[in-house]
Amino acid sequence: MSVIETAPTFDLPGVDGRTHRLEDYADSPVLVLVQSCNHCPYVIAWEGRINDLQKEFADRGVRIVAISSNDAEAYPADSFEAMVAHAHEAGYVFDYLYDESQEVGRALGSERTPEAFVFDADRRLVYHGAVDDNREESLATAHYLRDAIEATLAGETPPIADTPPVGCTVKWRS
Amino acid sequence: MRIEFLFWRECPSHPEAKELLLEVLAERGIEVPIEWREIRTHEDALAHAFPGSPTIRVDGRDVDPAGAEAAPSLSCRIYRLPDGRVSPVPSRQQLEEALP
Repeated sequence: MSVIETAPTFDLPGVDGRTHRLEDYADSPVLVLVQSCNHCPYVIAWEGRINDLQKEFADRGVRIVAISSNDAEAYPADSFEAMVAHAHEAGYVFDYLYDESQEVGRALGSERTPEAFVFDADRRLVYHGAVDDNREESLATAHYLRDAIEATLAGETPPIADTPPVGCTVKWRS
Repeated sequence: MRIEFLFWRECPSHPEAKELLLEVLAERGIEVPIEWREIRTHEDALAHAFPGSPTIRVDGRDVDPAGAEAAPSLSCRIYRLPDGRVSPVPSRQQLEEALP
């Protein structure tokens, strides 16, 4: 599966009880979509860093939106109700949306959780892949997602545009 | 001693766990054949009470007994480390404590 080149349209329920559409983020100069879920240890390892990035870049208009497309029937830990609880427990400051039909995950070309997609103001994909190079935060030396956000805000091309995402597979319905 | 190493190939955790297990065994001077078992289907997971990848058992006892109670599934396993953190692989300490 190849990844998308422009941001997909979406209209998805969020854990905040609201419906979120791509156009709701039109004012953001950088939109980051993160394929995510609840039950994956790699998501749990990186979610704090994703949260910190949203806090750090919020005043510059950057929006991070996590999306779970996992099959909640086969993996009940990824149900919408569990998403609401997990977002609350983990203190998510970014939007967390449920892609029950899996159409958005398919459109993105996602394979793993977590997997980041950075879109510029024209919603062209400028970075795809891992958050950084180590699930142990203290050992991370290459901060791909942060660098991509910084570069895009500066109107520059990210120094690295694509890295292999490391994490659990997206749980597609069979 | 019987050591079983169960894994699901779709989860990227097993190479790191395998390396760590082999390191700990070498350090302890333990030379026993490890039973490598690939879990391929949900039916396999049920049959082997596989709570996620990787799962390591020593003489039938899981190196993380609390985590072994999770429902069988084809997924990456979550290990609760002694320091409270979460990891996709068991800690060196958990492996050491599981060995005689």
